Amino acid sequence: MSGYWAGILAILSINVIFAYSIYVTAAAGQLNLGGAGFQAIGAYGTAYATTTLGLPLWAGFAIAITLTAFVSFLIAFPVLRTRGVYMVLATYAFAQVVSGIALYTPALGGAMGKVVTEYVPVWPLIFSAIGVTFLVFYLMASRFGLAMRALHDDELVSTIMGVNARAVQVACFTIGGAIAGLSGALYAHHFAFVEAQYFSPLLSIFVLLFVLIGGTQTAWGPLIGSVFFTLVPEFLRLGGSSWRYVIFGAVIVAMMILRPEGIVTRTLVAKLSPSRWFAKKPVAQEASLER
Amino acid sequence: MSAEAILSLRGVSKAFGGLKVIDDVSFDIPKGERFGLIGPNGAGKTTVFNLISGVYPIDAGQVVLEGNDISTLPSRKRIRNGLSRSFQNIRLMPHLSVAENVMLGQHSQALGLLDLMTPVGWLPRQRFRREADAALARAGLDIDPGEVVSNLPYGIRKKIEVVRALMSKPRVLMLDEPAAGLNPRETADLAAFLKTVSDQGVTLLVVEHDMSFVKNLCERVVVLNFGSKIFEGTLAGAQADPAVREAYLGTRRVA
Ligand SMILES: Nc1ncnc2c1ncn2[C@@H]1O[C@H](COP(=O)(O)OP(=O)(O)OP(=O)(O)O)[C@@H](O)[C@H]1O
Ligand SMILES: [Mg+2]
Repeated sequence: MSGYWAGILAILSINVIFAYSIYVTAAAGQLNLGGAGFQAIGAYGTAYATTTLGLPLWAGFAIAITLTAFVSFLIAFPVLRTRGVYMVLATYAFAQVVSGIALYTPALGGAMGKVVTEYVPVWPLIFSAIGVTFLVFYLMASRFGLAMRALHDDELVSTIMGVNARAVQVACFTIGGAIAGLSGALYAHHFAFVEAQYFSPLLSIFVLLFVLIGGTQTAWGPLIGSVFFTLVPEFLRLGGSSWRYVIFGAVIVAMMILRPEGIVTRTLVAKLSPSRWFAKKPVAQEASLER
Repeated sequence: MSAEAILSLRGVSKAFGGLKVIDDVSFDIPKGERFGLIGPNGAGKTTVFNLISGVYPIDAGQVVLEGNDISTLPSRKRIRNGLSRSFQNIRLMPHLSVAENVMLGQHSQALGLLDLMTPVGWLPRQRFRREADAALARAGLDIDPGEVVSNLPYGIRKKIEVVRALMSKPRVLMLDEPAAGLNPRETADLAAFLKTVSDQGVTLLVVEHDMSFVKNLCERVVVLNFGSKIFEGTLAGAQADPAVREAYLGTRRVA
């Protein structure tokens, strides 16, 4: 693998994992514009654990994942009291607090950033991305995932059907936090350096766009969205045009107009699904009504 | 009578912003009965459903289910006590398939982490999915369970809502205008289907404007007008009652 492609695959893998962390809450109807903050907790968590405290790599990952999950769990309670654009702003403010803490804490390297000693090559990143993708597909296929998608569509009716909306949403934040922590830890160890400036509002916006442009209705959305967002700028770069950011911006706007529900929708997946090509009608069962 | 009542409203009142929408309404629904709740537009029928299912808290009175006061029980717990409902305007989840919508109706039947973590979407032969397919078949819905519901015609979606409400194995099934928008053929099928449901011992509470449907299905009715109960008895009795005729004057629905 050439260095160029290895670099792209590394960032793509991190982006896919990161996008799934945001997707898990978005699929249940919660928009999180604080992705960079959650990723930063994972990145700094393992950087501090491995480089400053000298703990082994596995412990760094364990700390990054549990710490981010725990912070997400705690932050879910105040955030879930807000709705719509206020929730977006609350998560955004949270991310600003995290990056501010990183910037002004000398033990975390401050504005100079922090070198991370343990290096993780590209293959574990790719396998992690595949693993997280599988995990989220599984989650969405489960009855818990069904409750998440139901909440996304209609919280009142879901509640009447017996879904504990608050518990599901808090669980989604926590799972999303764990995944964001993993993406941050992989980032820190692959690039061997963390700095607060990287975890900027722009990063939070981009990862949310991966998810929204990809589509929140199925687990395919974040995968397609992050591939699209990672590769299209590269192709535009190969084209050598100095207009590439303008073209890219125009492509985003066009996607939002052409596919307002995201590139991948539930209906599209149903249409493309091989099992549906041979779909059978339900067979009539015994007439008695089970009670 | 009240000894065998499965669901009772006792002096239930509800105001929205100072306007009393439900005013001291009481009635008992005997176990196993097919009970109608009728009245002109805006009488408060849907609001009564919302109060029974816990969408809004009640201001005064009690909702009693099988002898237990459920007035303050959170709405998500009421379905576990045997209370299930449909909605006047179809409230299926538009991005879910038919089978997924129906399986959502089973949510209160899912117990523990193991059920929650079962990948129902990957297992077409799994118990939950088989129950859902069987329930669709019993309701005479010969449709592809994998179809996304927003693509289906109105009459089919209306019926899927009834099937979804049945999946929690309710003891009291509340249907808000289940026949609205259906053609006569579909309406007759629905009445026949609901009778099979009733025969299994499910108590029905039905809001409906279609009086021939009510006549066909319901053994007794309560008539609401401006949030108050103005009549209780048979539909024929209601149609002969001066106060009821007065309430419906101009709409001629009961005449
Ligand atoms: N959430 C609410 N806030 C304020 N007013 C409400 C609310 N829900 C219902 N109302 C009012 O309560 C009254 C009764 O409404 P409701 O929907 O219960 O009537 P209904 O008998 O179901 O009528 P219809 O036959 O048209 O469905 C109406 O005047 C309605 O505007
Ligand atoms: Mg109504």
